[in-house]
Amino acid sequence: MGDFIVTLLTGLSSAAALFLVASGLSIIFGVTRIVNFAHGSFYMLGSYIGVTMVTALGSGGIAYWLALLIAAVAVGVIGVAMEVLLLRRVYQAPELFQLIATFGVILVIQDVTLWIWGPEDIVGPRAPGLSGAVTIFGEKLPEYDLVLIAVSPVVLIGLWLLFNRTRWGTLVRAATLDRQMVAALGVNQRWLFTGVLFLGSALAGLGGAIQLPKGGADLLMDFNIIAAAFVVVVVGGMGSIGGAFLAAMLIGLLQTFGIQIFPNSTLILMFLVMAVVLIFRPWGLLGKPESPGHGPVEAPEAPLRPANRKLRIIGSGVLAFLLMLPVAHLLLPSIIGDFTLVLVVEIMIYVLFAAALHFIMGPGGLVSFGHAAFFGGGAYAAALMVKFTDAPMEIAFWVAPIGAALLAILFGWFCVRLTGVYFAMLTLAFAQIAWAIMFQDAPASVAKALGEWFGWTAVEQITAGDDGILGIWPAEWASSRVTYYYLTVGLVVAGLLVLRRILFAPFGYTLRAGRDSPLRAAAIGIDLKQHQWIAFTISGAFAGLAGALFVYSKGSVFPTSMEIARSFDALLMVLLGGVHSLVGPIVGAATFTWLNDIFNELSYWRFLLGATIIALVLLLPNGLVSLGDTSVGRRLGLGPGREALA
Amino acid sequence: MSVAVLEAEGLHTYYGGAHILSDLSLSLRDGEVVVLLGRNGAGKTTTMKSIMGLVRVRAGSVTMHGRNITGWEPHVIACAGVGYVPEDRRIFSDLTIMENLEVGRQPAREGAPTWTPERLFELFPNLAEMRSRPGGRISGGEQQMLTLARTLMGNPRVLLLDEPSEGLAPVIIDQMAATIQALKEQGLSILLSEQNLHFATSVSDRAYIIEKGRIRYDGTMEELAANAEVRNTYLTV
Repeated sequence: MGDFIVTLLTGLSSAAALFLVASGLSIIFGVTRIVNFAHGSFYMLGSYIGVTMVTALGSGGIAYWLALLIAAVAVGVIGVAMEVLLLRRVYQAPELFQLIATFGVILVIQDVTLWIWGPEDIVGPRAPGLSGAVTIFGEKLPEYDLVLIAVSPVVLIGLWLLFNRTRWGTLVRAATLDRQMVAALGVNQRWLFTGVLFLGSALAGLGGAIQLPKGGADLLMDFNIIAAAFVVVVVGGMGSIGGAFLAAMLIGLLQTFGIQIFPNSTLILMFLVMAVVLIFRPWGLLGKPESPGHGPVEAPEAPLRPANRKLRIIGSGVLAFLLMLPVAHLLLPSIIGDFTLVLVVEIMIYVLFAAALHFIMGPGGLVSFGHAAFFGGGAYAAALMVKFTDAPMEIAFWVAPIGAALLAILFGWFCVRLTGVYFAMLTLAFAQIAWAIMFQDAPASVAKALGEWFGWTAVEQITAGDDGILGIWPAEWASSRVTYYYLTVGLVVAGLLVLRRILFAPFGYTLRAGRDSPLRAAAIGIDLKQHQWIAFTISGAFAGLAGALFVYSKGSVFPTSMEIARSFDALLMVLLGGVHSLVGPIVGAATFTWLNDIFNELSYWRFLLGATIIALVLLLPNGLVSLGDTSVGRRLGLGPGREALA
Repeated sequence: MSVAVLEAEGLHTYYGGAHILSDLSLSLRDGEVVVLLGRNGAGKTTTMKSIMGLVRVRAGSVTMHGRNITGWEPHVIACAGVGYVPEDRRIFSDLTIMENLEVGRQPAREGAPTWTPERLFELFPNLAEMRSRPGGRISGGEQQMLTLARTLMGNPRVLLLDEPSEGLAPVIIDQMAATIQALKEQGLSILLSEQNLHFATSVSDRAYIIEKGRIRYDGTMEELAANAEVRNTYLTV
């Protein structure tokens, strides 16, 4: 009994930080329609600034709480700085492009934090006067947990009062429903946006600071919390703070109880709950369907057109260059070294991955936040096939896309029922389930349980978790660097041509028609969801093929091939290149992989990459391929711009 | 003849490549009710949005009391005393009626009537009985009244009313006409757009007829009533 109650209370206390972060995320999304990926970074900053402030102010009772408050306000100010300096300049850009800006901020904050506070984990300070424990039914519970339990409802009530009993709150709620109308009634939205960014960021900062005595501060906090915060926001319902509260409590309890029952599957459990909730309530526990909204009307997207002559010539030139590169390598090994071939192989693999994601994102109009599931899914399908059946490479190259496609069929069934940000979040959740299954080697746990049940001797490990699957090398005939290079170039180019062919076939037209006007498409008898499901599967299959090329080029596969960061990389490639053209993802993937490679050599490469991304967002809000549209580009004769690029 | 409160001069507005308004000029004098008549797609709503700064004007100017307000942001134009009542109502559906009014509230303005929720409830008695009901749960006619009331909370001197009679029952249309008369008596200058000639005639002093984004006719309501040819060319369906 005591055990149960203490576990219950521990769960509720662990939900506090999660609720604070998720409510901030939800508030910011509601008004600005920006999914702030940097929210996890604000949480991390809250912890670090909190540690510094507690140290600076000394250990008095009031000083401690003051320090937390200062940390929250400081993070709020950082959020405002991000809004004023960055987001405000891109509100007019396509919604998705704003995401990239927040990606850039994540990278910059990671390195700034590393630079200021160093790489070591910091143990959190103890809260003065609350370092003891209370005894409940004979079990001990830290006193600080009681404070944490109280925080969530207090903040919930405070937010409710703020939003329902003040003019500012009323304006914010109105702006959540219809920004333009609020402006037409004489309200300066800038102040609302800035205020909302302050509030949301400060909540994240408070979340980071208040959990210090329990968790301390480390450099992985940002990505660790952001996935959980997304889950809470989506399970609770976008924009619903009450929903975020319920969901945070649910997830908090699930994790504390789950760790006792399934010690190795807590991550999977969280995402499974999300999937189950969304199946029955697609808009979350307390959410509402996305309103069509009255945002600024985006200019209709220019139709994709077949490449013009100039582009065909450039394309042929690039292909000829790719084909000649190994020849140059054999003739001049000192200039074109092994490393160049390896880099080009990597670039080509990401080009295919990005093109596959673009297929569903651009023409399909469905933004996947979790496409690494299929990239890694293909890689794992090939690797597992080889590991357990000694299949030859030729077979594995078939198994990978088929395996990824099967995964996409499964995930797609759930995901395509939703649209917009809900779709995006659900893909992220499924990708995290897939990642957690690989990371925690769930198949081995299942095999073990079955083995005990039936009295078999099960294999010890299947995906081997963090250790990965090693020794996946190409077949004899393809084992030389040059041959594998040609194999990669051949498969990637073929993949691109197939994807392009599909987009210019009736299927592609239908897909785009559905993206531009779902209602009209439905009215002329198109089963849009089915088309999207098929498109999602095709996209997954090609991502899986890229994954197979990846695993054979590296000789191994690890759960990192499925992690969030990998999905975000792919998103970045597509968005940086330009989502409105077929060339975009190719240019984006090549540029991003190449930049990554250059920066990787340097210390603080994240900062440089992040700063580069932010600069690109500010200068080229339509992606790299819009270079030709800028005045400088035009003067340089760079060309017809994005409309003609396909 | 009194001075122009609001004047649009040679407006050109585009949606992408489509030329919607072409060299459109009109003026609204102090205390006047002027109607912009035209069929669906003629450019009435775009005219309203262009004046309000909700769509970008590519050429031409909008002046208010002689001051150029072209290219100002919508909230600045609203704060300058222009009230906009959109055609599609755009009630904040999750907010209560009182909260909807609160969003529109602005400080009192010199030269314009000052409104409070209580004064508005005298004008729209139906709304008084459902102050705390969400805006999404009232009838279309009540929503139309609420939209107007919400805009009046900003104490405007000029009112842009986009098709106020659209989709309303005849009895509510009569009520709307009476309301517009009352507002005119309070000293507001009103530019409304309409398709309903009967309704427009009952409230307006002058009319412009718009077709394909151009002004085709302007004159008093009496002149328009006497000109069957113009009515048949531009207004009958």
